[in-house]
Amino acid sequence: MTLRLAVALDSSSFDAPEWISRVRGADEAGLDFVTIEDGFGRHGPDAVLVASRVAPLTRDIGLVPVATTTHTEPFHLSTALATLDWVSRGRAGWQVRVSPDPAEFALVGIREPLGVEDLLAEAGDAVEVVRRLWDSWQDDAIVKDVATGRFIDRERLHYIDFAGRFFSVKGPSIVPRSPQGQPVVTALAHSAAVWDALDADLFFVTPSDVDGAARIVRRIPAGRKVFADLVVAANPVPSDAAVFTGDTEQLADLIAGWEPSGISGFRLRPGTPDDLTSITRDLVPVLRERGLFRPSPGGTLRERLGLPVAVNRYEGAVHA
Amino acid sequence: MPEKTQPKQIILAAHFPGVNNTTVWSDPRSGSQIDFASFEHLARTAERGRFDFFFLAEGLRLREQRGLIHDLDVVGRPDTLTVLTALAAVTTHLGLAGTLNATYHEPYELARQLATLDHLSGGRAAWNVVTSPGAFFGENFRRGGFLDHADRYVRAGEFIEAARTLWDSDGGDFAIRSAQFGIAGRFGVPRSPQGHPVILQAGDSDGGRELAAKHSDAIFSRHHQLADAQDFYRDVKGRLARYGRTPDSLKIIPGVSYVLGDSDADAQEKAHHIRRQQVSPQTAILLLEQLWNRDLSEYDPEGPLPAIDPLLDEDDTIIKGRAGMYPDRRKTAAEWRARAEQKGLSIRDLIIEVTGRQNFIGTPDRVAAQLNEYVQTDACDGFILVSHLTPSGLDDFVDRVVPLLQERGVFRTEYGSSTLRGNLGLA
Repeated sequence: MTLRLAVALDSSSFDAPEWISRVRGADEAGLDFVTIEDGFGRHGPDAVLVASRVAPLTRDIGLVPVATTTHTEPFHLSTALATLDWVSRGRAGWQVRVSPDPAEFALVGIREPLGVEDLLAEAGDAVEVVRRLWDSWQDDAIVKDVATGRFIDRERLHYIDFAGRFFSVKGPSIVPRSPQGQPVVTALAHSAAVWDALDADLFFVTPSDVDGAARIVRRIPAGRKVFADLVVAANPVPSDAAVFTGDTEQLADLIAGWEPSGISGFRLRPGTPDDLTSITRDLVPVLRERGLFRPSPGGTLRERLGLPVAVNRYEGAVHA
Repeated sequence: MPEKTQPKQIILAAHFPGVNNTTVWSDPRSGSQIDFASFEHLARTAERGRFDFFFLAEGLRLREQRGLIHDLDVVGRPDTLTVLTALAAVTTHLGLAGTLNATYHEPYELARQLATLDHLSGGRAAWNVVTSPGAFFGENFRRGGFLDHADRYVRAGEFIEAARTLWDSDGGDFAIRSAQFGIAGRFGVPRSPQGHPVILQAGDSDGGRELAAKHSDAIFSRHHQLADAQDFYRDVKGRLARYGRTPDSLKIIPGVSYVLGDSDADAQEKAHHIRRQQVSPQTAILLLEQLWNRDLSEYDPEGPLPAIDPLLDEDDTIIKGRAGMYPDRRKTAAEWRARAEQKGLSIRDLIIEVTGRQNFIGTPDRVAAQLNEYVQTDACDGFILVSHLTPSGLDDFVDRVVPLLQERGVFRTEYGSSTLRGNLGLA
């Protein structure tokens, strides 16, 4: 299996053509997905809506917006991401984020700031609720049975009845189960606290070298994909992740050198739009030539990443 | 002699078929209510017809009747803003109007999302403001059923004011303190192409009309008789002056349905067929229960109306997730019984008669003439067309009625503006 490749888009642009051109560039290069940065109080557009805006105009690439669980409704998050999966025909993902900054709490004005430990626990609950809602319709719930007058078989819809420390959600979802069933859940993890708290399919990690990457891969629970974040910039920038400055061949060398660590792929974080162009135009062809990267034939984002078909937790359940 | 003035221009909007029995799913031509292709088809058709905007409702919880998820109508829909923003990718001028509940959203996030939609669509965003008190929807949200019935217009009004403060901040600092909200910080979204996305609102009550007069750019009503609609129009437009607004700054756009035929008789026949599709035997009993407010599942839809009286407990209605429709249940039940006895109607026949919402039935010529009459005689400024078929329900209207309105000089042949505000003639 070759490495999978993603890029992180961190633009504050409100210009639709600019977003379309960037995501199309990554799509045409055969990259697996883009993440779209966001946060309350950030100067920039809502990331889920950016993903939705580019979805009908792109073909294969996965669309993974950042959305916080600290200031949002789990019900709205679940329906928005399921809808992104519908409009992109199975290419939706989600990068989970928590937001400890007191200034962000003031934007919402409903509760006092919480510590990171609580926020992670809440994020864990939010991921659980979002996932249950995604499963709350079985794939065959719509029956359109003219004889009995029934559009759905309500036995195939399920209340999720989640009650936790931070919120309760009854369900079911308003959105029929989406093409992937479960869009791909991702999170940036700087420590075990994150991968212990969140039921994610994929973690972005920030090792500084190949040994560090291998250590993290050993610690993350089996079955999860691990992507190493790598900042790619023509000029050095401060970052939580390893920063690479150098030419394309050197970057390909570095990527090849990290492959034995067992990571599934890289998320490249371009320092500037020019750096994004050099990734899609210069780096990807070199990686392909060296056999390090091959565009995935998969249709949905889950398939591209080699994630299993999402089995519905309510399948076979008696009416819940 | 007064100078001859230009005729009023008609506003037209397309309502994506909803999750109620207006939408016919049993027809072989009925398509998916959730595939993006359906939304794309209707939006592209509306834009081909030079419509002002596309209109989408919002789901917060599936409807229930007798404590069970309602299964007879179309069930399931997308998240409103996510689909509208995707539609911006496949249209260029069509307004994109979304229903978003002021109770279960918060101003910073929603104002930011609407401003994002306005930016990413080049100035085509609109927000239909609704509020829902009560615990039923609240069970899906953090704060539960926190809002008292009496506070719903307070919250809606303060929410709109808060959103406008945020939009006016041009991405900068803001501080808002009101009965419902205490928020402050930096907005982070620069002024969007429309400045303020268009605000729509429904509501016939006095409070609803007043809220619209104060805050809204457009209101839709359900007055379908010409004289009633003219009264409503006069009343609402008459409220504008006290807020320093001119009559043309608030557009009145009722939701209406239509049936077209090659002759008027053909249209009537089609209309009757659609009504029977809309009211299946099972649906007839369910709609009867919504007035009677009790379990009537043992009654025969082809038989007579129940002799027992409705239950009057308005705190525990049999249907959840839908606005109350019957202010005086006992009186309406007596009227329905009398009508059924007099005409010899079964439950289903009666329900077909009394729950109908087919407003304009006839040849394209007749429908065009009637629509125009409503607008020119100040019964309304335009219409939100509710078709009964997903996604092709608007096709015949755009192909056959729109050209007739254009010939009469009462509907645009090309868009005059790139923004929804501009096309609606709003400042």
